[in-house]
Amino acid sequence: MDPIRESLLKKSKASKLEMRGKIITYFCIGLIVAIVLAIFYFVASKGLATFFTDKVSIKDFLLGKSWNPGTLDKSGKPEVGALPMISGSFFVTFLSALIATPFAIGTAIFMVEISPNKGSRILQPVTELLVGIPSVVYGFIGLSVVVPFVRSIFGGTGFGILSGTFVLFVMILPTVTSMTVDTLKSVPRYYREASLALGATRWQTIYKVILRAATPGIMTAVVFGMARAFGEALAVQMVIGNASLMPSSLITPSSTLTSILTMGIGNTVMGSLENNALWSLALILLLMSLFFNMVVRVIGKRGALK
Amino acid sequence: MNPKKADKIATSILYGIAGFVVLVLAALLGYILVRGLPHVSWQFLTTPAKSFSSGGGVGIQLFNSFYLLLLTLLISFPISLGAGIWLSEYAKNNWVTTVIRTSVEILSSLPSVVVGLFGFLIFVVQFNFGFSILSGALALTFFNLPLLTRSIEESLRAIPYSQREAGFSLGLSRWETVTRVVVPDAVPGILTGVILSAGRIFGEAAALIYTAGQSAPALDFTNWNPANIASPLNPMRPAETLAVHIWKINSEGIMPDASAVSAGASAVLIIAVLLFNFLARFGGKALYRKITSSK
Amino acid sequence: MAENNIEKSRIMTFNEDKHEIALETKDLHVHYGSNEAIRDVSLQFERFKITALIGASGSGKSTYLRSLNRMNDGIADVTGKIIYRDLDINKDDVDIYEMRKHIGMVFQRPNPFSKSIYENITFALKRHGMKDKQLLEERVEKSLKQAALWDQVKDDLNVSALSLSGGQQQRLCIARAIAMEPDILLLDEPASALDPISSRIVEESLLELKEKYTIIIVTHNMQQASRISDYTAFFHSGNAVEFDKTTTIFTRPTIKLTDDYVSGNFG
Repeated sequence: MDPIRESLLKKSKASKLEMRGKIITYFCIGLIVAIVLAIFYFVASKGLATFFTDKVSIKDFLLGKSWNPGTLDKSGKPEVGALPMISGSFFVTFLSALIATPFAIGTAIFMVEISPNKGSRILQPVTELLVGIPSVVYGFIGLSVVVPFVRSIFGGTGFGILSGTFVLFVMILPTVTSMTVDTLKSVPRYYREASLALGATRWQTIYKVILRAATPGIMTAVVFGMARAFGEALAVQMVIGNASLMPSSLITPSSTLTSILTMGIGNTVMGSLENNALWSLALILLLMSLFFNMVVRVIGKRGALK
Repeated sequence: MNPKKADKIATSILYGIAGFVVLVLAALLGYILVRGLPHVSWQFLTTPAKSFSSGGGVGIQLFNSFYLLLLTLLISFPISLGAGIWLSEYAKNNWVTTVIRTSVEILSSLPSVVVGLFGFLIFVVQFNFGFSILSGALALTFFNLPLLTRSIEESLRAIPYSQREAGFSLGLSRWETVTRVVVPDAVPGILTGVILSAGRIFGEAAALIYTAGQSAPALDFTNWNPANIASPLNPMRPAETLAVHIWKINSEGIMPDASAVSAGASAVLIIAVLLFNFLARFGGKALYRKITSSK
Repeated sequence: MAENNIEKSRIMTFNEDKHEIALETKDLHVHYGSNEAIRDVSLQFERFKITALIGASGSGKSTYLRSLNRMNDGIADVTGKIIYRDLDINKDDVDIYEMRKHIGMVFQRPNPFSKSIYENITFALKRHGMKDKQLLEERVEKSLKQAALWDQVKDDLNVSALSLSGGQQQRLCIARAIAMEPDILLLDEPASALDPISSRIVEESLLELKEKYTIIIVTHNMQQASRISDYTAFFHSGNAVEFDKTTTIFTRPTIKLTDDYVSGNFG
């Protein structure tokens, strides 16, 4: 009998190793998927308990304006209106994105179109460092610089949505910038050449050609920035004042979902309504992050079709 | 307005914006370093914190930060490597892969406070680990896994397919080829990814407040038996990190010199992050040069 | 499937009493998704001979070659039989890793590992269980000599393979493949990325190698095919059109398509 022929029909050491390797890597990737599922399962089961166990109506929770989970209102229902925090979160997110977007686009255009060598050599590490600064440091600076600044200009305590917006603006600026840079770089060179050859100035080319072509990518970048702003906890919590009241102005103490969560979860008893209501806030955060993720996907698909 | 003039105006506005961004970073760094560095001394870096009086240091917090970083990397690196190999080598182009990729992406976009709360629920409460380094390291692992996995996947993908073919054609399995040829070639990229993730872990606080806890009990630095409660190595002790410390003293503010201590701690944190950044930028490149031109 | 767009083909078969067949395909088809890249190819490869696969780019010759040691597994669908030692190695119960030890391959672009010259050759041997240092050293010397590289590198085997020139790298890849002592060596345009001189050196070493190995080589260089091969198969749009002795293919091809190709009228 031919020994080589024989050996071909046996399982070699290599195929045993391959099997083992496959099992190891499947296990690792499976673990990550399991973690994601576990996070959703546990946060959802805790967060939904407010509605199923404690019988709070979803409408009261989302639209109620008074947050005081320990006490009952006149009609005997617990006061778990999350609208103050929900609106606080949306306010800081939209406002900071609104300010950050023009700065981010401007910086990105500068890096890619105006000064691709010298400018980007300075700004590239600058944006990377801004991303790298820990959020507690942003919070500390917010507390010791931004809050007193707002106080001295507008009066009041200085804590509030405006201070939160300023801090988040600096925090999301580098994220939006670096993603916009990537998008601008992916606009084909012949777009620029064709436009310049037709006699357009650089600004006309940027404004009418490049920005148009890069719109889906820029939108993705902004949504990513908003997702970061929405989920940011400590930096905002340190400057917003953490009063669970409906925001009446930009300079009065308010709160966000994340700020009330970080403040509250340690001071409540597991399984109580106060605690469950906080988990419901966490669930909203989770769903919003899923929502931002979906928006990015939809923009990506739309952009790809063009 | 004539186009030439518009072009000039737009260009100068863009210069202004770019300058503003550089200025913001310079101001941030300058502020932290100018305010913080005067407080940073050997004594500040090595003595324990004081709650109600001034003159406390951040010694224990600093140690905790490093210890937590080390544990987190020890847990998350092997998993990320395995998952990264799966994504770059074994993932087929089908719906299962799409679902898995989406999960990784979702995990990476979750707010860190949510990850921390999940860690609190599972490890601190359910598994009864309490506020401990172990709970903190596991929460940070969840936070770190998706980003590290993706950076490892990218580093592996950057190695040409022909290297894998070379291995296959010699009768080696994909697993042997990847672990013995592709991964060693990808070390510079992987290392850069690990260092960058180290910077993120080092500065993270939201995921730790309810997992590693907000207290830093005194440690006995002569006792290196991990089972002893006073030992620095004990993974079951609560461990406030530098980043959490900054948050804590600013939120509660009972310490008379809270702002000075925060400034000092922030400066230490920033310097650490700058170092990590610098290492990632130049360390990876230097290693790459060393590997490719190894004579 | 649509009717064969090749009017006719002429495939020589060997008299198996006189010629020993090292490898053979029967009705081999290769699909990339719904795209048929190889259509019904049946060829025989004689032992210790060089067989050249020629044809224009996109004719399927490389795809066919890569299917022979199942490098297309997971990339394309390969159906039909590949007979090696009376065994259909295209079946799932055949251990592909063991098989590839006996059917080696050299690629179009040199792809040495980023390890030392010595490590490049011994790496796979060690993985397959060869531990004896002296044996390994003998293998290194022998294979490098066969690939005509020994004299240039013998003094410094620990230098990185990436510091060699392109031609040297490709000969190192050949040495690496023959260090496994395979039966069959598959070469996918091994000289196409090399300069004429390096290309010539590679050709010469192949002529010496055929005393010990069965060689199947894909080339788009017809001079090369006529210089080194004993048999030639001409491929066109996924079909093997004509297969015969190399002299026959180049001097009196029967099929007009082959004639057009070898006389340079297309491709």
